Amino acid sequence: MTRLLDVENLTLQFDTDEGRITAVDNVSFSLEAGEVMGLVGESGSGKSVTAKSLMKLNPRNAIYSENTRVTLHLDSGPVDIMSLQTSTDLQVVRGGAISMIFQEPMASFAPAISIGDQMVEQLMIHTDMNAKQSKELSEEMLARVGISDASTRYKQFAFELSGGMRQRAMIAMALSTKPKLLIADEPTTALDVTIQAQVIDLMKDLVTEFGMGIIFITHDLGVIAQTADTVAVMYLGRLVEQGTVRDVIRAPGHPYTQGLIAALPSLDDLDTPLTPIPGDIPSPLERPPGCVFNTRCPVNMGDRCSNIVPEFSNIKGSHNVACHLAEEGNKGT
Amino acid sequence: MSDNILMSARGLSVHYPLRGGLIGPKPVVRAVEGINVNIEKGSFFGLVGESGSGKTTLGRAMLRAAPITHGDVNYDDGEVKYALPTLKDKDLKDYRSRAQLIFQDPYAALSPRMTVRDIIAEPLEVMGLTKSREETDERVREIAAKCRLNLEHLRRFPHAFSGGQRQRISIARALVSRPQFVVADESVAALDVSIQADVLNLLKSIQQEMGLTFLFISHDLSVVAHVCDHVAVMYLGRLVESAPTRALFAAPRHPYTKALLSAIPSLDPDDRGKAQKLEGEIPSPTNPPPGCKFQTRCPFAVDHCRKAEPVLKHTGNGHDVACHRWEELMGASPEAAKETA
Repeated sequence: MTRLLDVENLTLQFDTDEGRITAVDNVSFSLEAGEVMGLVGESGSGKSVTAKSLMKLNPRNAIYSENTRVTLHLDSGPVDIMSLQTSTDLQVVRGGAISMIFQEPMASFAPAISIGDQMVEQLMIHTDMNAKQSKELSEEMLARVGISDASTRYKQFAFELSGGMRQRAMIAMALSTKPKLLIADEPTTALDVTIQAQVIDLMKDLVTEFGMGIIFITHDLGVIAQTADTVAVMYLGRLVEQGTVRDVIRAPGHPYTQGLIAALPSLDDLDTPLTPIPGDIPSPLERPPGCVFNTRCPVNMGDRCSNIVPEFSNIKGSHNVACHLAEEGNKGT
Repeated sequence: MSDNILMSARGLSVHYPLRGGLIGPKPVVRAVEGINVNIEKGSFFGLVGESGSGKTTLGRAMLRAAPITHGDVNYDDGEVKYALPTLKDKDLKDYRSRAQLIFQDPYAALSPRMTVRDIIAEPLEVMGLTKSREETDERVREIAAKCRLNLEHLRRFPHAFSGGQRQRISIARALVSRPQFVVADESVAALDVSIQADVLNLLKSIQQEMGLTFLFISHDLSVVAHVCDHVAVMYLGRLVESAPTRALFAAPRHPYTKALLSAIPSLDPDDRGKAQKLEGEIPSPTNPPPGCKFQTRCPFAVDHCRKAEPVLKHTGNGHDVACHRWEELMGASPEAAKETA
């Protein structure tokens, strides 16, 4: 496998009226070509902001730290994304080498431009194709993602398509420029389960076919279990656990990951009452010192957890956990 | 009819007229069509289905918040009996205090300009259920305590609260008029899993403590499995299956229910590709297919299914199903069906 993306010490703050908030705190991970990485966490954990940082898509009040490094390895050589300043420079990655699928496909298509025209527009910007070639490729991609009667759909507007159809069109559009990295931000959350299953299948087929890397953002661990190779769990801007999907889901090492899995209603066991994680995710303005999870952690060990930020410790293989309990051996699992 | 039925619908239909067609009959959206259902007093009744299946419309029709086009809907809580389609102003006002709705989005449902106390007190004031401010405050404090909101919370505005806390405020507002019947429409869909479990546990404990009857509308079958006593499955405005929760999840009989259950992503990474996939999408309710409404996506559909619409039949132990072939299909796989079809 070849390395596709390296993210090192990604730290991102926002200047707001209420003060400076830390949205992402020292996050590092890497991705191989053809790998699907699941990024999991509750709302407010910083997963979308992390993904958008890879294209510098965050709003103007975003401040990246000095030592943040995001390197995308392309055939033409590595690209240091943080050094790209103007939107012209960034066009290489935005929609070119990196494509993004958003959660709400209705809000991501322009309402007054036909689906086809939007697909052609981005192809004209990012590739050398002429209008005719772009149109042919767009129709072919629409057919490829399972949209029947692609030439009719090509002329239609977003509101004329159903939710599942719109998300398929979004995927077709994102993939038509043959990106190296696809960021899928909750691509199935707005869809019904039966349609979600179809879209997940489609995405898996396309990874095999195009060999791109995917960062799959979701709060649904079931979706992760069915799609991802590796998982990164985020809480309040920090990575708390990383590893292969089997290790993390079968033997979660961090109390937060354990809590997330225990809170899921399981169909196999209807008798045990649901176990919520106590309390709420704190506001980013009131990030707790020490381990960010210490305010809700069932195994909080007091001083150490509330003062010292835990480092990643290796449990086994590529399975890493940022928890003081894991540092002391396997007491935490 | 048993004394224990709080809400009973017979042939309930909700049709919405569409604009268009100068000549001929005006097209209508058949959002809900010929529903027969009994909701027992004190039960936690689940209603599931994909978007567009009519579950929200059915819930609203039972609250008289959607127009009832045909059919009988009777409400009987032991104190009063109402025939909902013909309810007149005075009785309707009383019914509003007996039947309440909890909304989906706790961010949109609460006015940002009112304090939590005023939000919860509003139904009491609007309906004139209390005689003095003291009495109102007393009722607000009582319900707030049940929903784990303290006095400090009551003075604040909704923006100061997280999603889970806001949903608890919405629940308190819905319950302050001491309703008998509560419709919870996707009430945990907007919450994170860690908070969702907390709100579900709260709903369940309040329901048992106050002896309420819940109609719990959700697209999430695993959530429904955990809180409901009885589950009804809707597809394109029809009820396709209705059964006690355990029976439905242990032995689903309608192919649609089976497909829905199978589409839930499993937490086991080694289950990949095992799910039974449903092709296509739910058809438009303006132009439903003939025969069984599910035939366009059903892997088991035969000619008969394309001609005649199945009715909901009792199959014993409160398990009802609307499918021509459910008996032959017990334990059948879609592959086997294709060969026999």
